[in-house]
Amino acid sequence: MTGAAEETDVPTAPAFTVDGEPLAFVPGQTLAAALVASGRVAWRTTRGGQRPRGVFCGIGVCYDCLVTVDGRRGQRACLVQARAGMAVGTGEGDDD
Amino acid sequence: MAAAAAALDGGLRVVLVDSGPAPGGQFWRHPPDHARETLPTGDLHHDLRTYRALRAALAAHERTGRLTLLLDHPVWTTARAADGFTVHAVDRSRPPEERAVVLRAPALIVATGAYDRQLPFPGWDLPGVLTVGGIQSLLKGGGVVAGRRVVLGGTGPFLLPVAAALAARGAEVVAVCEAGAPSAWLRHPAPLLRNPAKWAEAAGYAYTLARHRIPVRTRTGIVGAEGEERVAVVRIAALEGGGAPMPGTERRIEADTVGVGWGFVPQLDLLLPLGCDLADAGDGTMAAVVDAGQRTTVPGLYAAGETCGVGGAALALSEGRVAAVSVLTDLSAPGRPGLRPPAAERRAVVRHRAFARALARAHPVPRDWPAWLTDDTTVCRCEEVTAGTVRAARADGSAIDHRQVKQLTRAGMGWCQGRMCGPAVHCLVAARAEPYTPAERLIATPLTLGALADSGEPFTGETPSEPT
Repeated sequence: MTGAAEETDVPTAPAFTVDGEPLAFVPGQTLAAALVASGRVAWRTTRGGQRPRGVFCGIGVCYDCLVTVDGRRGQRACLVQARAGMAVGTGEGDDD
Repeated sequence: MAAAAAALDGGLRVVLVDSGPAPGGQFWRHPPDHARETLPTGDLHHDLRTYRALRAALAAHERTGRLTLLLDHPVWTTARAADGFTVHAVDRSRPPEERAVVLRAPALIVATGAYDRQLPFPGWDLPGVLTVGGIQSLLKGGGVVAGRRVVLGGTGPFLLPVAAALAARGAEVVAVCEAGAPSAWLRHPAPLLRNPAKWAEAAGYAYTLARHRIPVRTRTGIVGAEGEERVAVVRIAALEGGGAPMPGTERRIEADTVGVGWGFVPQLDLLLPLGCDLADAGDGTMAAVVDAGQRTTVPGLYAAGETCGVGGAALALSEGRVAAVSVLTDLSAPGRPGLRPPAAERRAVVRHRAFARALARAHPVPRDWPAWLTDDTTVCRCEEVTAGTVRAARADGSAIDHRQVKQLTRAGMGWCQGRMCGPAVHCLVAARAEPYTPAERLIATPLTLGALADSGEPFTGETPSEPT
């Protein structure tokens, strides 16, 4: 095996960005699963009380985990499969 | 899955529409197939053998071209048509692209499952507080443990597998707080005795919990959570018979994660617009009325699983097979090789249904749960409507159901459309014996106007059956 091949054999986890910062994920995880795995349980605030919110129901029913994905607002992080290169925006209010 | 496999075995063509990336619903919630190596979650699943057999059967039918499996296809509405039904889905399998898909079929089986029933308590909207189903979906679907020190609470046997799965993946489960009393089972022993498989399953969880020294506290409730940016302390208390906290029994436990569930609410979004009759399921919810063949009151429309009353995966499988046999019978399809006699499957339905009824009686929503609310406890998470506001709407005499509360207070008007707060608001204002009926919502999942605009030609006109 050549040295170059050895270098490319080093596994690098795919990543998406959260507000510009890279976050590694395991293929198959949702955005919410990857965020929780990194220790984050909250990533937006409510419109009224500016209360922190993150994942709650985990199956797309409660809409607490909303994020912006590649410019699309109001996406449920618990339903969107993470893909390399996705740009995820947090801090979304729920007034839109 | 069971309905689709049985209908295919009987000679029908089937389109199986699933909103998830892998079939199996919430019970067999798996990562997508491409992640089998990177996210091994097989050890967390119960009765994986049945799941694998169903997947293999479906894969074989897919190869013959008679099964069309549409994954990542949330259905946003269903409608009756002159010759059957129209199913409107959104193809989200190639994000960010979103494409409308319209299917037509003479027969439709709806098996959309259920979601966790939630009762609000002070601090339940703090990050780190999740539904027990949410904790389980992160584990089973993503291989992710939601926290390090976890307290679980609510009622029902579902708390046990979640505690066992958390422990198996290294979390410290500090306590499982079961609001019910195990003695309730002794009042209805017959359904227990007739379901030895359920005993075996429960014994397995009990063994795991004992091995990890996880205490199960009965007649105990989570009555509050405290913290700043995330939960740090959970308050638990012994409960009186009606469910009110006993004075002087409150304890504070340090925890970074809390999981709560009070049974399940049938997911009826796709059935309600079709106008099928509902009935009291006996656990405080309404479910689709079905006959012994899983036929709803709408001709050509069948229901299986939790949509006709919460009862677990084994019941759902039997109901699915019975529904498929009814479709075959009603459409007079030729030949039914490989089908079990419907009588045996119907007996299984009756047996599992009796078990589910006993379970609901042993694990009721405690009558006096509102005792743990303060006036400033958030009830509606989306619109941040408090218990005080909801109570004021009732005290004025103007609100007697959750729809009127919605008009007066905005509770249930936000993103989730009352799916989270609906059952709780109902308990706060409605007559005690009346079960919760969800509001009819034409759009079951948000979709873009672009996808709506391109809902043009139907996908195919040749599909006799479309289990969703």
